Amino acid sequence: MDVLDRIREQVESNPVLIYMKGTPQMPMCGFSSRAAEALKQCGVEFGYVNLLADPEIFQNLPRYADWPTFPQVYIKGELIGGCDITLEMFESGDLKTMAQEAVDAAKAKS
Amino acid sequence: MQMQTRITEKLQAELHPTHLEVVNESHMHNVPANSESHFKVTIVSDQFEGKMLIARHRLINKVLASELDGGIHALALHTLTATEWQKKAGHIADSPPCHGGSK
Repeated sequence: MDVLDRIREQVESNPVLIYMKGTPQMPMCGFSSRAAEALKQCGVEFGYVNLLADPEIFQNLPRYADWPTFPQVYIKGELIGGCDITLEMFESGDLKTMAQEAVDAAKAKS
Repeated sequence: MQMQTRITEKLQAELHPTHLEVVNESHMHNVPANSESHFKVTIVSDQFEGKMLIARHRLINKVLASELDGGIHALALHTLTATEWQKKAGHIADSPPCHGGSK
C-alpha cells in the first residue's frame, strides 16, 4: 500500500490518533510527551503511531496534511495541530469535548 | 545569516507583529553545542484576528517553509492577537524538557 494511503487508513480508523516520537508510555521527545499526556488526561481512548519505529511514515507524514513538524494529532481524520495547539485546546476544554465526541461517534457507527 | 535572525526578519516582514520573541532553545536538546535547531516563537499580530490556531500556525509554517525544510528541527509556536496577548499578560508556557529523541 502507498504510504499516504497507509496514513489515510490510520487517521480514518482511529477517531483520535497521535503521531509521536516514542510511545505514550515511553515518549522520546518532550513535545510528543506533552501532547500524549494531554490526550491521556482527557480520559478517552486514543491510538498512536511511533514515528521512530516507522521511518517511512516519519519521512512522509509532513506532506500528508502539509504540516512540517511532530507530533501531529488527528481527530475524526482531521489534523487538529501539533503540541502547542493540542495543549491550548486541552486547557480550554475543547480537546476533551472533541475527542469524546469522536470516540462516541465511532462507537455508534460500529 | 544566523537562523534566529532569519526567522525574526521573515516574520517581521510578513506578519508585522506588534510583539515578537524568537528564542533559541537548542541548548535544551540532544544536539551539538551552538546548534540552531530548536526555537520558540511568541508572536502577536493583527493578522491572526478571526483565525483558528491551526490557520495561524499554517501561516507561520508557510513563511518559514525553507527554514523548516532545512535546519529547524522544532518550532514551538505561540500565536496571539493583541487582545489575547493582553489577557495572557505575558504568561507563555515553557517548552518541554528534551527526552533524547531528536535525531
